Amino acid sequence: MTGQAFFNEMYESGRVRGPYRQLEDWMGDMPAELRSLKQAEAEELFRRIGITFAVYGEGGDPERLMPFDMFPRVFAQDEWRRLERGVIQRAKALNAFLADVYARGEIVRAGLVPRDLVYRNEAYEAAMVGFTPPRGVFSHIVGVDLVRTGPDEFFVLEDNCRTPSGVSYMLENREIMMRLFPGLFRENRIAPVDSYSEELRRTLASVAPPKCERDPTIVILTPGAYNSAYYEHSFLADLMGVELVEGQDLFVEGEYVWMRTTEGPQRVDVIYRRIDDAFIDPLCFRPDSMLGVPGLMDVYRSGGVTICSAPGAGVADDKAIYCFVPEMVRFYLGEEPILQNVPTWQCGTAEDLKYVLAHLPELVVKEVHGSGGYGMLVGPKATREQVESFRVRIEESPGNYIAQPTLSLSTCPTFVDEGVAPRHVDLRPYCLVGERVTLVPGGLTRVAMKEGSLVVNSSQGGGVKDTWVLSE
Amino acid sequence: MILTIAHDTVYRYDQPMRGVVQSQRLTPARFDGQRVIDWVVEVRGDDGAQIVQGGGFRDGAGDWVQGCTVVGPVREVVVSVRGMVETTNLSGVLRGHRERIRPEVYLTCTPATAADSGLRDLAQDATVGIGGALDRAHALAGAIRKAIVYRPGVTEAHTTAAEALALGEGVCQDHANAMVGAAISLGMPARYVSGYLQATEDGAPHEAAHAWAEVWVPDLGWVGFDASNGVCPDDHYVRQGSGRDAREAAPIRGIARGPGREEMDVKVAVEVAQQ
Repeated sequence: MTGQAFFNEMYESGRVRGPYRQLEDWMGDMPAELRSLKQAEAEELFRRIGITFAVYGEGGDPERLMPFDMFPRVFAQDEWRRLERGVIQRAKALNAFLADVYARGEIVRAGLVPRDLVYRNEAYEAAMVGFTPPRGVFSHIVGVDLVRTGPDEFFVLEDNCRTPSGVSYMLENREIMMRLFPGLFRENRIAPVDSYSEELRRTLASVAPPKCERDPTIVILTPGAYNSAYYEHSFLADLMGVELVEGQDLFVEGEYVWMRTTEGPQRVDVIYRRIDDAFIDPLCFRPDSMLGVPGLMDVYRSGGVTICSAPGAGVADDKAIYCFVPEMVRFYLGEEPILQNVPTWQCGTAEDLKYVLAHLPELVVKEVHGSGGYGMLVGPKATREQVESFRVRIEESPGNYIAQPTLSLSTCPTFVDEGVAPRHVDLRPYCLVGERVTLVPGGLTRVAMKEGSLVVNSSQGGGVKDTWVLSE
Repeated sequence: MILTIAHDTVYRYDQPMRGVVQSQRLTPARFDGQRVIDWVVEVRGDDGAQIVQGGGFRDGAGDWVQGCTVVGPVREVVVSVRGMVETTNLSGVLRGHRERIRPEVYLTCTPATAADSGLRDLAQDATVGIGGALDRAHALAGAIRKAIVYRPGVTEAHTTAAEALALGEGVCQDHANAMVGAAISLGMPARYVSGYLQATEDGAPHEAAHAWAEVWVPDLGWVGFDASNGVCPDDHYVRQGSGRDAREAAPIRGIARGPGREEMDVKVAVEVAQQ
């Protein structure tokens, strides 16, 4: 998996691969002036709709636009079918794991997942033990980060079981591509993604609490306009036709949660929360939190409201638990995993630590609880000083780090200053788990805009692309 | 022994508040050491306040949790508990208690219980050469009783275990927090327990609202240790709820909405109805 032979999703041995056939002419026919015109138009559209991604810790403009690359990333129908089955399988296994570790913990009793990794995990919520959320679902939106290394080789980089963001880019990228290049959508049969918001609404409605005997009222709970994903919160609320609320807009009275409206209090049944566990309810979690709703957890646990995702869902997606997901698939579903994990070394174990420290320049090292590409070392791209300073950090608290081989991420043609050139990409599809488990044909493709870069995170200069699934 | 309990918590606000939300753990635990004969929790407000009972449920720790809201304007809330419990001396062992949280979960500290070097050293020194979780826990309780002298009024609700130890004085909350932190520092799961104590002899009446710690002892399960009195809970004790620290195990967690300042007054009386 190491080495420099990257899989190019468009060209294989000098020939265009099937799904990209139509795009070759499109690309070839586009004069440079038209391209810059379209690029400017795209930027204008993004700016007008206001979709930005705040970047932490980098200074500069926190509201800067995410670079949008107009060259689509394309999957053939059969390629997608396999991915879809793999992602759905994974989302089911992760939910089964969550339901298990907050109940009898069979997988721990069976000795398949270490006890301490679960019960001493920072993300494990004692308040969830013994409680079964509606339909037994803990993580209603599972974002699975995938990379491709060959025609049939996909690896899962990480799972996101809490409240994965970025789906608004999937929807907006498509919207903008359709406006810029309507012809492309006539010539190609591209599966639509705009059913996502309706699927999300249906998923949330399907997990209405036991005490709700009517068409459930759904809200999205946001930490507020200063949150980096606020745009997405309001965007999804708009699309679903539900209220976007902050903690202060909700209150607990008796057995229910209520929303203040101009027509008086309205009962709320399902809360799609985009705030972290610690802030949900100051009576149960952090007492100093002003973002949540006092008493919410008691209403939830007595069946008066549903919180999506369930508090404590994060115990399934940390980078140490990740290693055991294939085992979960076998244990709970009795199936072989369709998607592979990246081989991972746990720096917390002596043997792995020794290996990692001896091979740092060739490995990718991540913080167990980190995200967004912060606190990450990409060995082959790092300077000697960076490697050495990371070595010190790992030695200080080995349990905080995992390491993986540097993957040969596939490339996709991307518009760059010099024309079109291959750039590395990953993929985050969004799996919805409620009464049914569904996956909209598409996802967020992130692209490392810098030549040779393997880091696709938006916080590290990554851009986005429209992701196509061709229908037969 | 049959104990009667009267427990009133009065909240007063200097300005009318819009509302109050509470999460209550005010019901005696169900285990072989105690049987509820009669138990009533009543919430009252002043004129104009409306009490709305919330949902109730048994949580993973086996405690009955009851939500309660008061719709304002409200200047005073009284939570009044009256009950009668038959207790049996099980020498601190929490036998027959149904709960679902794994003991390993109680190996995680909170800021209130986290051991600093002082508490870690105390735990190490107290247990040097002592094998067996039960004996080690006894030794710990003894050491904490010595290191934190009982003295009301020097610590407050937010005092941490480490702070109380540095101060060398405190009340039952400090003893329990310290016991939890010390036990965890030795790798023994431990938790904070709130309840009532029928004070023997000339026992201090304010300690009738009491707190102690439970330590997980393989083969026995959870065992209570009252470092304040140097004993394991017997039939003079009534156990209510547990948590990782005083805040989590508090009989009432609440928040009032509004501009006013809160004053709280707790009165507890535990008496022997029958030996």
